Amino acid sequence: MNTVTPDVAIPWRVKLKDPYFWANWTVVAAFIGFFTVFVILEPDKFLTAFNVNSILTAAAVPAILTLGQAFVIMTAGIDLSNAAVLTLGAVSFGVGFANGLPLIVCMLMAVVAGLIAGLVNGILVAVFKITDFIVTLGMLSLAGGVALVISDARPVQVIDPFLARLAINSIWVVPILMIIALVLLVIAQFVLTQTRFGTYVLATGGDKEVARAMGINVRRIKISVYAISGTLAGVAAILTVARIGSAEPAVNTTFLLNSVAAVVLGGVSLFGGRGNMIGPFVGAILLMMIVNGLTVAGVPQYYQYIAVGIIIFLSAALVRNAK
Amino acid sequence: MTIMSRDYTVPPPPSAPSIEARGIHKAFGSVQALRDVSMWALPGEVTAIIGDNGAGKSTLIKIIAGVESADEGEVLLDSEPVNFTNPESARQAGIETVYQTLGLVEDLTIWQNLFLNREIVRNWGVTRTLNKTEMRTQAKQMLDDLDVYIPSVKARVRGLSGGQRQAVAIARAAGWSSRVVIMDEPTAALGVRETAKVEDLISRLRERGLAIIVISHNFDQVLRVSDQVWAMRQGRVMAGLRASDTSGDELVALITGAVAGAPGSQSEGSTNV
Repeated sequence: MNTVTPDVAIPWRVKLKDPYFWANWTVVAAFIGFFTVFVILEPDKFLTAFNVNSILTAAAVPAILTLGQAFVIMTAGIDLSNAAVLTLGAVSFGVGFANGLPLIVCMLMAVVAGLIAGLVNGILVAVFKITDFIVTLGMLSLAGGVALVISDARPVQVIDPFLARLAINSIWVVPILMIIALVLLVIAQFVLTQTRFGTYVLATGGDKEVARAMGINVRRIKISVYAISGTLAGVAAILTVARIGSAEPAVNTTFLLNSVAAVVLGGVSLFGGRGNMIGPFVGAILLMMIVNGLTVAGVPQYYQYIAVGIIIFLSAALVRNAK
Repeated sequence: MTIMSRDYTVPPPPSAPSIEARGIHKAFGSVQALRDVSMWALPGEVTAIIGDNGAGKSTLIKIIAGVESADEGEVLLDSEPVNFTNPESARQAGIETVYQTLGLVEDLTIWQNLFLNREIVRNWGVTRTLNKTEMRTQAKQMLDDLDVYIPSVKARVRGLSGGQRQAVAIARAAGWSSRVVIMDEPTAALGVRETAKVEDLISRLRERGLAIIVISHNFDQVLRVSDQVWAMRQGRVMAGLRASDTSGDELVALITGAVAGAPGSQSEGSTNV
């Protein structure tokens, strides 16, 4: 019996039955669906260069946080601290700026603050074996508190021509902020799909014990994903400061909720082990587009929260059924 | 049916063994899991380890595979003493293990599983990227070499049957092992047809000259596929027999304690738990 394994491309008929396929493409379908609806409802207001630009501007920071959250969730963890770490990063930036440090140093301070917070998360989860949920909930409070202490609870105005250009300029309708987010997306997707590290992230989330039995340093992978999430929150902090023109000490928990929602929308399993970066990224933009579209259509803000909640339920149900 | 009383003294290996354990003792707290266990496995042979639950089979293979370390005694690989502190060092020495449960990552593809932690990479100086084409080609080759039929190496493990999964796990072990493949109950969860296929696979590994150690509860299977059988009971080796020179009844008698087994194997304080 000599069987040969044909190395054929998987046909579409089979692909359409594959739950992974649907998990990956639900968000794109939803995106196109909502986009079409808004274009039809508000043809004059929704699809203007100005409006598209403002959606993409608003989506840049949440999209960056979502990339970090996706890495963590792929290992079957969760990072509830990303929004607070962003605030800590922004405040670190502000303190540096207020003390007359060069801009590049202020930026580094934001990123390093994020990295340190992420490393603490990762070490507590991976080495001290404390539940990710508890650790990052603790960090949410801790980072938020430290941000209040070092800023004395006061925002710091950050007026700098470079940051202003960063925040205002666009290439065609795409703001520089979104281009930065897109560059990070490309890097994240590359790391996930083209490097050993990416495979180990998915292996760790898919089956920690098997990964360990195969000699993968699961602890290192866990620490790394939290460090990545923290670092990206630090980068997002720089963009936030640029956009607002000040370093605010308040934590915006909508960022946190949206990052988890976008990851789920993007087809990443909350149990870890599968997913890609493009889905969550599109998910983050989708959530911003829905809020924007409803605003343009004149729906009061409170109803927008309800709409986003329902969309998250529906997407979770779809992905669940697909499995 | 009576079993002839015979001399069960553990025989020395007839030729140079791939792996040999000598006088292994292992305790977990107050539980003595292994007492003075000696056994060997020859290259190009299937060596079965049988025994009831708690007989010490799994502990023994874990020591050989580097998962546990022995309190006393030594393990020799190709007659050289080795001291594995973790599974990775055993693996690097050419000892691969197919675990009963710790098999494959379901959400990864077959080729990703076959190359997990052994990825082929391209070196770009600053970074190294996965050489997926090469890994897929080689993964296909690993399966073809063992006549394992899988529609595509790009398929995810989640969609495979139990037999296909075990075949992939065995192909992985076979693909990376240079000396010894250890299998813990390789057919425990499989149906009749799939069991036959896996047994077929084991025979093919034997032809490659690897030493194959199989833990099994299935005496028919043991007599069918193995060359050498080690019967264990309560942490001791009761007997080491050629499979052609024993019977299912004799093996049952040995592992249940109905016959005395090797001299000294009836320990003073041995209690049946």
